[in-house]
Order: sequence, then structure tokens, then C-alpha cells
Amino acid sequence: MRQVLNVLVENQFGVLARIAGLFSGRGFNIKSLSVSETLDPSLSIMTIVTEGDEKILEQITKQLNKLIPVIKVIEVGGKPHVERELILVKVNAKPENRAEILRMVEIFRGKIVDVSSRTYTIEMTGDEEKIRAFLELIRPMGIKEMSRTGIVAMIRG
Amino acid sequence: MKKRTGAQILLECLKREGVEVIFGYPGGAILPLLEEMSKWDFKFVLVRHEQAAVHAADGYARASGKVGVCLVTSGPGATNTVTGIATAYMDSVPVVVFTGQVPVSLIGNDAFQEADIVGITRPCTKHNYLVTDVRDLSRIVREAFYIASTGRPGPVLVDLPKNVLTAQTEFHYPERVEVRGYKPTLEGHLPQIQRAASLILKAKRPVVYAGGGVIISGASEELIRLAELLDIPVTTTLMGLGGFPGTHPLFLGMLGMHGTYQANMAVTECDVLIAVGARFDDRVTGKVEEFSPRSKKIHIDIDPTSIKKNVYVDIPIVGDCKRVLRRLLEVINSSGVNPEEYRRRLSDWHCQIEQWRKQQEAFNNNYNRQGGNRIKPQHVVQKLYELTGGEAIITTEVGQNQMWAAQYFKVNHPRTFLSSGGLGTMGYGFPAAIGAQVAFPDRLVIDIAGDGSIQMNIQELATAVQHNLPVKVAILNNGYLGMVRQWQQLFHGRIYYATRLGDWNPDFVRLAEAYGAVGLRATKPEEVEPVIREALRIPRPVLMDFWVEEEENVYPMVPAGEPLTKMILL
Repeated sequence: MRQVLNVLVENQFGVLARIAGLFSGRGFNIKSLSVSETLDPSLSIMTIVTEGDEKILEQITKQLNKLIPVIKVIEVGGKPHVERELILVKVNAKPENRAEILRMVEIFRGKIVDVSSRTYTIEMTGDEEKIRAFLELIRPMGIKEMSRTGIVAMIRG
Repeated sequence: MKKRTGAQILLECLKREGVEVIFGYPGGAILPLLEEMSKWDFKFVLVRHEQAAVHAADGYARASGKVGVCLVTSGPGATNTVTGIATAYMDSVPVVVFTGQVPVSLIGNDAFQEADIVGITRPCTKHNYLVTDVRDLSRIVREAFYIASTGRPGPVLVDLPKNVLTAQTEFHYPERVEVRGYKPTLEGHLPQIQRAASLILKAKRPVVYAGGGVIISGASEELIRLAELLDIPVTTTLMGLGGFPGTHPLFLGMLGMHGTYQANMAVTECDVLIAVGARFDDRVTGKVEEFSPRSKKIHIDIDPTSIKKNVYVDIPIVGDCKRVLRRLLEVINSSGVNPEEYRRRLSDWHCQIEQWRKQQEAFNNNYNRQGGNRIKPQHVVQKLYELTGGEAIITTEVGQNQMWAAQYFKVNHPRTFLSSGGLGTMGYGFPAAIGAQVAFPDRLVIDIAGDGSIQMNIQELATAVQHNLPVKVAILNNGYLGMVRQWQQLFHGRIYYATRLGDWNPDFVRLAEAYGAVGLRATKPEEVEPVIREALRIPRPVLMDFWVEEEENVYPMVPAGEPLTKMILL
């Protein structure tokens, strides 16, 4: 089972290490993790995508809550929510493929953010599904480099 | 406002926390603090190894219920505390460890005696801090004691860079302590307690399985009231010994790998299992899928992560054991139940338990009947129990000595049986005994030890002698790392690889004397009693060397990973 957790934590040094250590020490999975500041500069928000059976997911939430710098754990998965990830992909842009790449970027509502004589760098956002679909289509062009932010998520309403 | 140094602020905070004793070891990084401390009236117990400082603070805390405090220097001083900290963490003991650190400007530079102790101890502390600014110091110390001693207690480490100790600032003591990410749940959820009560009242074969949480929360009285009201038999874990009186007729003894026959059978056959302040550890459950297979389970614990971690429970109740048991008793009392009638309904159950108990007792007497002219280790513990009238604080090392202590010394009071249950730390018992003796200078404190374990912290004889701590050590000397040898015998082809110590053991009597303590020896059964009597008479540290049967095993035993019913009785 996949779970997405939003974890509100104290914005202090060492907090990320505590959370990462908890996952590695107890053999929990991190599929993706992203951290950022919140409106309140004393707090950070982490979005953690993890996997496990029901018992493990329950333990993950409880163990996170047990950490002193963790203020709140919100189980986003299972509730109506929005997920987004941003990726940067550098693809080969041979002259005969350029039009095709541009078309796909347009269909997926991405952006070309850098152009060189041989490559396009594409910026794209979406949920896991959309990004997977886009990457599958663009792969035959030759992906030279890729970087992803990891999922951020928010409950609807 | 007059400015004060970090060292002065720290000591002022310790005073306000009620600290009287500090266990520790000096070093370069904490010299400014030691200089300041010389002007104060703290009792500083100088140990001979930093690991022992933490164990001693731990023993002090377990025996007294107060927070144990230690102070060590940076680098190796700090890393030497790790085993002690992990021990306290596994057994939920409130300890605050202050470590020296190189000046902030040198952190990360691989400076002399630098270690990232906050990084190293992150997974084995309840929380830890690096103080980088003297203005944060008083708040951090306040939080450290608060976090260590509340909720599910545990060790907290505070790393003190040298320049923070000498830096000056105005002193503000935070009267209130507020940690927004830390709000332990104390009161149990009432509807859950009501569900638990009605389940208990419907039971025909109920059992209480009590752990260390009962002792930590001071819930023994409530537990006794609950058991006596409804005639419910009680078993405890190793950590729970003393949480329910060891001589109480409803007491089944310890459960688990070396638990009694009646305890393990009762837990297996019960229809309602009431777990109080326990965590379904693998040494308790055996094969977890077959643990107490037919029971509905109630689990009371202050730590939500303990609940449903290993075993599914039907009614979880998160809260402080004492408060939850009180509320549970209220609910039961106001339910209109007729206790007489309830107890009558349990009579078949008690008959059954009595039969199991008889089987266990027949076995208990076996070691005496075996005779011979070697001392039986069980006999030593039995005699210690008889000759002290059970009135002593017992600490143990780890292994066979620990299990025999748990089986044969009936513990009647909470906080009088101190043992490394979770981590299983050899070398715990002696320094813990020193800590307990510091907490209670007038009480009898006995470390039940093995010849292997005692050598892991034997240097603390010097500490006991220096501070006039009349701790008694009873070495069950079988010349082996006995528990490992027992496993080799039973499960590894009787190949005693790397477990023989006997031929190279020191002469413990002369060793004790070399340290300025008293050494006594018994090599024959009839010498056991005179040696113990002599030791109890001497108001100084005494080390008793009992030469016991070399290949005696601890029974009953449930092999690791087997269900509790697969007990080897003898």
C-alpha cells in the first residue's frame, strides 16, 4: 500500500536526520521526500511517500509522532487530495525530433526552459501518473539527464 | 542584571531540577564546568569508565524514581556512554547525560576529542540537543529533564561545547516548559476503558500480563486492587518484577522464554489478556503467531508505538497505567458486578492454574535433589532471598545470573529489581547497584552477577570503595559465559566455542582485596550460607565468589522462535 504523509516539523537542524534515521533504522521505505519552509518560519513541512502494509503504515505514523520535533502527521493518502511533482528533463533534440518534442510538451502543459544546439530542457509538473506517462513518451528521444523534486501534496478543500 | 557563565547557568538549572548527585568522569572539554562545580554542593560520584556513569545514573533513577544525571567529556568520554544510553532507552529510564564538546568554532573540523555524539545517539535517546548558544541553555536543560521524566521516560543527551560553558549571558529560568511537538497522553479514552471493563467482566479465564510500565507509573497499588477484586492471576515480565508482589498468591511468576510453567500456560490458555505497561517483546511472546491464541487482548500503554507493533490487540488504551487502572477500577466497581460471583466463576480457571503451578514446583525442587558437592547457582539466589528476607535492592548482570535472579528472588516491592531487560547489557548490574546504593545509602543492595558479566565493569570496585558504597556482589562463577554456553549446548552441537573463561578468570577474592574491597569465596554448598551471612555483616563493598556447577542450565526454557507451550522443563 502507498501512503502520502505530510509531516509538520520544527524548522531546526538535525530534524531531517532524525526522520531519515527513523526510516532507515526501522526498515521503513521512503519512495520520495521533499522538505520546505511553511508560512510560519519556525516550521517546515515534509511530504513523505512511503509503502507498507497496514501495520507498517500505522507504525510509521506513530513513530513519526513520537519524535519530539514532529508537530503533526497528516495522512494525506486515503483523503481527497492533490499531488504534484516538478521534474526537469534534458532530452536529445535532433532536428527531426524537435517538432514532436514541442508537441508533447504542449500536450502535457510543460515548458521548454533551456535550449541548446543538441538538447531541450523541459520543465513539467504533475502527479505520478502524468509524469510517468510523459517520461514514457519522451524516452525514445533519448533522456540525457533528469531531476525530480519528489511529491508535494495537500488535502482538498 | 548580572551576567552568568554557561557553567553557572547549568548548575543553577540542575539545582532547580532537584539534582543532588552527578555520576561522571572528567576531561578537557568540561573543565570549566568542573571548576565551577567545585564551589557547589553536588555529590559527584567519580566512576572509572563512562559507561558505568550512565548505568549508575540509570540504577539511581530506577531505584529512586528520580532523574539520573551524568556528566562526561567530549569524544571518547561521550562515545563510551552509548551502551549506557541505549540500555536506558530500551528500558525507559529517565537519565540526562551531559557531554562535553569541542568549541562551536571547531565542530566539524575533526578536532581533538571531537565526536558527533548527537548524531551517534540520535537513535538511542528519547531526544538530544547540541547547545550552540548559551542563551538557549536554561531552556534546553529544562526541556531535557521534562522530556526524560514524563510520558514514556527515556534518556536525553545534552551536548555542551566548551565555549558555551564559558560564555556569559543573563540568566532567565523558564518556569513553564512547553514543547509543542511533545504531548504525552496520560488519561485513557473512557469509552475504551468501558469496553475493557465489560470484556474483563465477561471473562472466564482472565490473566494480567504486567510490564515495567506498572513500576514506572507507580501503578502497583492499583494493579493489586484490580487483581484482588476479581481474583485475576498476574504474571509479569522481567521488567515488571516487583510491580506485583512476588509472594502474592495470585502471582504466577515471570512469563516468556524463562518464565514459569503456570505463567506461560495461563497466558496461552486465557480468554482475556490484560496487558499493562508491557510491549509484547519477542522474549515474552515466543513465536508471535501462536502467542495467547484464543484471547481477546486489552493493551494499556503510554506509548502508542508499543500498541499493535508485535501483536494485534482488540482494545488498545493509550495512557498512563496508574490513571487508566484507577479509571478501570471505578468503571468495574460501578458496573454492579458481584465480585463474589465473579470469583466463583473463575474457580475452574484457578484449579487449572494450580495444577500447572504444582508441575512447576516439582521442577523447582529438582536442583536441590540433584545433590552432589557442587554449589547450585539457584541455591545461592534462594539463600540470598532467605537470608535477606527478600528485603534488598537486587541488580543483575545479563545471562544465566539474571534469569536465576528473576526466578528465585521473589521481588515484593517496585523499584527493587534492576536489570537490563531490553538491551541485555552485560556489565549493567554492578554500576547500577552503585547508583542504587547512592540513592539509598542505608539499604542493602546486591548485584547478582556472573563471572563474565562482572568483568565488563569490574573497575567500578574502585568507585564503590572510594565512595564508601557497601554494595554486595554475588558472582555465580561457573567459568563460562553461561547463557551462551547453554545455547551452544542445546542448539549448536555442544561446541563450546569462545565461551570458556574459567581457566583465565582472575582470583576474584584477591582482586577485590587489591581494590580495597572484601573478597569471600564459597566452593561447597555448605559454605554458601556462612559466606552470605558474613557479607551481609560487613558494612563495606563485598565481592562473593561462588564456584557453582559449571554446566547448570536455566529452565524452563522456550527455544527462541518457538511458541510458549514448547517449554523445555528440564
